[in-house]
Amino acid sequence: MQTVLSDDQVQFKHVVHRFFDTHSTTTAVRALAETETGFDPLVWSQLSETLGLPGTHLPEQYGGHGFGPVELGIIQEEMGRTLYCGPFFSSAVMAGYALERFADDAAKTERLPQIADGSIRATLVLDDLNHPSQVGRLIAANQAGALTGSAPIVLDGCSAEVFFIVAREDSGLGLYALAAKAPGAEVSAQDSIDMTRKVARVTLQEAAGTRIGSVTPQSLNRFWDLTSVALAHEMIGGASRLLDETVEYTKGRYQFGRPIGSFQALKHRCADLLMNLEFAKARLSMPGFVWRRVIKRPFIPVWRKRWPQTVLWRWRGPPFSFEAVLVLLGRTTRTFGLNAQNAMKYCWARPTGIALG
Amino acid sequence: MSHDGIKAALEGFLDAEFSPDLSLVEWRKRLVSAGWAAPSWPDAYFGRDFSQAEALVVSQVFAERRVVGAAQVGPRRLAAETILAHGTHEQKQRYLPKILTGEHAWCQLFSEPGSGSDLAGASTRADRKADHWLINGQKVWNTSAHHADFGILVARSNWDLPKHQGLSYFLIDMRQPGVEVRPLKQMNGHASFNEVFLTDARVALDDLVGGEGQGWAVATATLSIERQGFARGRSQGAPAPASAGRVYEELARELEIDNEPYTWYPQREGRPDLILQRAQETGAIEDDAVRQEMAKLVCLTEAARISADQVSAHQKSGGQGMLPAGSIGKLGASVIARQAAHVHTMISGASAMLSGPESAFEGVIAETLISVPAISIAGGTDEIQRNIIAERVLGMPKEQRMDTGPFRDIPRNGQ
Repeated sequence: MQTVLSDDQVQFKHVVHRFFDTHSTTTAVRALAETETGFDPLVWSQLSETLGLPGTHLPEQYGGHGFGPVELGIIQEEMGRTLYCGPFFSSAVMAGYALERFADDAAKTERLPQIADGSIRATLVLDDLNHPSQVGRLIAANQAGALTGSAPIVLDGCSAEVFFIVAREDSGLGLYALAAKAPGAEVSAQDSIDMTRKVARVTLQEAAGTRIGSVTPQSLNRFWDLTSVALAHEMIGGASRLLDETVEYTKGRYQFGRPIGSFQALKHRCADLLMNLEFAKARLSMPGFVWRRVIKRPFIPVWRKRWPQTVLWRWRGPPFSFEAVLVLLGRTTRTFGLNAQNAMKYCWARPTGIALG
Repeated sequence: MSHDGIKAALEGFLDAEFSPDLSLVEWRKRLVSAGWAAPSWPDAYFGRDFSQAEALVVSQVFAERRVVGAAQVGPRRLAAETILAHGTHEQKQRYLPKILTGEHAWCQLFSEPGSGSDLAGASTRADRKADHWLINGQKVWNTSAHHADFGILVARSNWDLPKHQGLSYFLIDMRQPGVEVRPLKQMNGHASFNEVFLTDARVALDDLVGGEGQGWAVATATLSIERQGFARGRSQGAPAPASAGRVYEELARELEIDNEPYTWYPQREGRPDLILQRAQETGAIEDDAVRQEMAKLVCLTEAARISADQVSAHQKSGGQGMLPAGSIGKLGASVIARQAAHVHTMISGASAMLSGPESAFEGVIAETLISVPAISIAGGTDEIQRNIIAERVLGMPKEQRMDTGPFRDIPRNGQ
């Protein structure tokens, strides 16, 4: 079990930290939040070409760098910390892991390198992010691979160039590829309270998809493990930033003749937040997945995601009374956490026999 | 010395010197002379200057060979490590060996009825006389005081200075007429703590630790060591190796006395280890709400364990910040204990209130429920831990104090 980052990983973290500090400033975030596509193509190409970030966790044989959840987690934390606006999670993480887990070898060989080098921005269309255990209810594929149905929440749906779609077949689920502008595909932006993460509805009317793989319950579980760990890291980054900024604020804000941080009530709330945050970080320091002896299921990723969410849920007051960045942080993590939390809850209720809140 | 070298040297020593027919004290004296009793202590004081990793090799050899080590359990180690950090050369020579051999048992005399969380507000008097200190006052929550030979005592030697500066730290002989020990009965039926009444008790001038007025600094060291014990879980001194021989018999007897105050300590930690079994045998595991709460508990215990390991690793590599790191662990232990008690209540229902022959799990569940409140209080309350975390880790501004003047003038209880 790895409890501290290696020297290489620390070095990597510094590089990534500097990059997002520079390119994902509050000003940049606010500006991108107002746009429809929600990302800066120049920054995307820099993080793809110069830093190679989208390929970090993808296998070397398919054009990736062959690293794992720890390195991906480092990137996600820095993105969470600076509210990076861009299709990294949708393309590199969700679409990337979906290809890795579900696609056949030919499709992986053809498509993963383009995800890994950022030259293609894809997104995964899961018909119901709220009910992953019921994936396949809303979008179906017929024998010829024509896809019909509508998914209400697709990350970066408006800016993605390619959709990978999980659809219900006669028996089981299949993975399909479809160009975003293909006939039969209609994309409409969804308004969301989280302006840093663009969401769209994707409606398919007998759109001609290319079948590229099968989705089994086991591979879907593993996919959820990996993506939820990445998401948890992002939320840790946001939570850390939020706590830091809040504590700093309490030192300088005066009421009743003294800094508000000198009041015990606030000290105790901050201390509890720090404890929760440290515990969340401790769990995320485990690079693999823990197999619990009795249940024998990797349910750790779910609560890895849940804890940072809890940290942010507790912070009710200050984010809405000062800087917009904190509003953005608060909103971002609430909405995404909300979606993913519900998703995770349902996903894990049945397989593990322990419903996780 | 390499790890293999250590192993070889120790095994050679054991082969030559150990016999189960020795008395416990005689065997330990040999360990102390050879520096094997406390190998991580300084070479100059009964140790071998070993690192934690090297000391671990020693422990492993002891375990494999089922050999008895130095005395471990209870306040004796708090006293030993404090004396090592702040004592004079002469105090170390005089007291440390008998702590290791177990010849002396120790207790801690810090809290008073009028000063618990406000530890620096102690009002037990220490009056300097020509050739001794005269001690008058009352201490409380003194584990093992009933069989202690010595105590580590915090008392006030100066009433005109601000409170922290007027404290002094002493080593006091518990077996003198001026020291009276009375047990305190707890709501869980045990009597692990005592009150200690000091009436014209005497402390030799040589038994002042750290200089007059340095008591707070020395006490802080003791508290830090104590707090780390909470986070890692108390080790109750391993059960005596089941072998025949005088040394083992005497060890068993010693452990029985030493461990007696702590028999309910696993229950005050909430017994999360029993949750799954209880849930399964009662069928409560089928209940969605119970599963949710169990999952929350697992999240907490796993995270706290990993976090404690990380803190430990950081400190062993020379990291700073002992006191605040211990506070997060201690606070976590409280949160876990309360969640565990909550889940036990959900699982056992009304049966959890029975404590007689029909009680669940031979009374352990009931004992857990009424023992858990202690963990939020002992060793620094949860609220104190939160203040420490906020002020020393997060750097939040301290509150304005009302007690910075001469201690004599500060409002106190019972005035």
